[in-house]
Amino acid sequence: METDKKLLVGQEELEVVLNRLCRQLIENHEDFSSTVIIGLQPRGPMLANRIVTILRDTFKVPAPKLGYLDITFFRDDFRRRQQPIKANQTKIDFPVEDLHVVFVDDVLYTGRSVRAALDAIHSFGRPKTIELLCLIDRRFTRHLPIQPNYTGRQVDAIPSERVLVQWQEEGDSDSVFLVTHKENE
Amino acid sequence: MNELSVSHLLGIKDLTREDIELIFATAEQFKEVINRPIKKVPSLRDITIANLFFENSTRTKLSFELAEKRLSADVLNFSASGSSVSKGETLIDTVNNILSMKVDMVVMRHPHPGAAVFLSQHINSVIVNAGDGTHEHPTQALLDAFSMREKLGDLAGKRVVIVGDILHSRVALSNALCLRKLGAEVMVCGPATLIPKYIERLGVQVSYNLREALAWCDVANMLRVQHERQDITYFPTLREYTKHYGLNATVLNELHKEIVIMHPGPINRGVEISSEVADGDYSIILNQVENGVAIRMAVLYLLASKSQLNFKNN
Repeated sequence: METDKKLLVGQEELEVVLNRLCRQLIENHEDFSSTVIIGLQPRGPMLANRIVTILRDTFKVPAPKLGYLDITFFRDDFRRRQQPIKANQTKIDFPVEDLHVVFVDDVLYTGRSVRAALDAIHSFGRPKTIELLCLIDRRFTRHLPIQPNYTGRQVDAIPSERVLVQWQEEGDSDSVFLVTHKENE
Repeated sequence: MNELSVSHLLGIKDLTREDIELIFATAEQFKEVINRPIKKVPSLRDITIANLFFENSTRTKLSFELAEKRLSADVLNFSASGSSVSKGETLIDTVNNILSMKVDMVVMRHPHPGAAVFLSQHINSVIVNAGDGTHEHPTQALLDAFSMREKLGDLAGKRVVIVGDILHSRVALSNALCLRKLGAEVMVCGPATLIPKYIERLGVQVSYNLREALAWCDVANMLRVQHERQDITYFPTLREYTKHYGLNATVLNELHKEIVIMHPGPINRGVEISSEVADGDYSIILNQVENGVAIRMAVLYLLASKSQLNFKNN
């Protein structure tokens, strides 16, 4: 099987997008005194880390609270998948009771992970509001009525294609690719 | 690997090292779950589990029940005392009757070695062995190794001595098998009459001297003398046993090194372990109990994930 990899967003453009997302967050959450940022495992935490770094270093927001949420035990496809999914780490060291929560994930696709996250976050209290930030919104692919509040870029892709977000921290440059698997003729 | 190689948990003997690592990795996440303000996940909400205890139990029974409830499973509890077992019903009949009530998994403790294996061959359900006679107690071994690893890191090359009634202990056998699979060195220690013949074949060393064994080890797992399984006298008096194999502060202080003290419970204070040691700084006995819930959640979750929901046949 061949793989076709097409660049959607390059390093410089991604930097602009991330800065814009941070400005939009500041517009709504000001100094983040009652807001927490929660990266959704497995790919959300890297974006969440980056957002928090930009907020702190570029926009001088004093240390916004950051957590990671794993939704494996709240998934709606348990005992329905052929291959079970391995759980990732949840790290939320603070109650979210009465706080504004911003979920952060790299790609919004069917919306099912976000549905599970809406369920899972209540183990840590009842948030005042929950918002969703995603770097890539795959349009017209939702299985549930879930839409992001903050979007980096909208992408149209068919189910056989995959949107891949890579980060410097993983050894690659910051970039977003559209990956297509082609059957050999 | 995201899946266990087995469909039942009958003993450590059947598990691969990868299985054990997967159970530990999953248990770490469940340990985080049970420390949340709200300690429940919905994973097993469509599963009913029967806890069949044909033998007395406090910790294991409560721990399994709590693990099941934390996973949102429906729980059915059964104790042999006061049931139709005393009227002469066979094990298979009892379990089949319970399964007719649409039960998905069975957690069983039984006084007879091999009861869980036997059941898995005759019953169409997922079986978890919660201790079968003097044979195996897999979840205890898993939680013991998990607790050791939490304290000491990777167990490869670590030295663990299991002290006490090795002959009648399912904990000893399961622990020895589990620790060997994880690369630890294992020694058993006790009076010669309570050490099974040919135990060296499991790759474990034998010592009859507690002080020597403790000087060798990083971890000491103290076992209870199982009077209820002893039909003959294995040592002259309990006092003599305590003198030679009881762990107290004096023996511990003579070591001039720090070792981890464990006990699977129930403790006979003042016999195999003194109160001072059991409640002391080196003891991780209560951590074992906490980890027990996380390990059992992991086992139930991973076994359940192997069974597919089938809406077409229902």
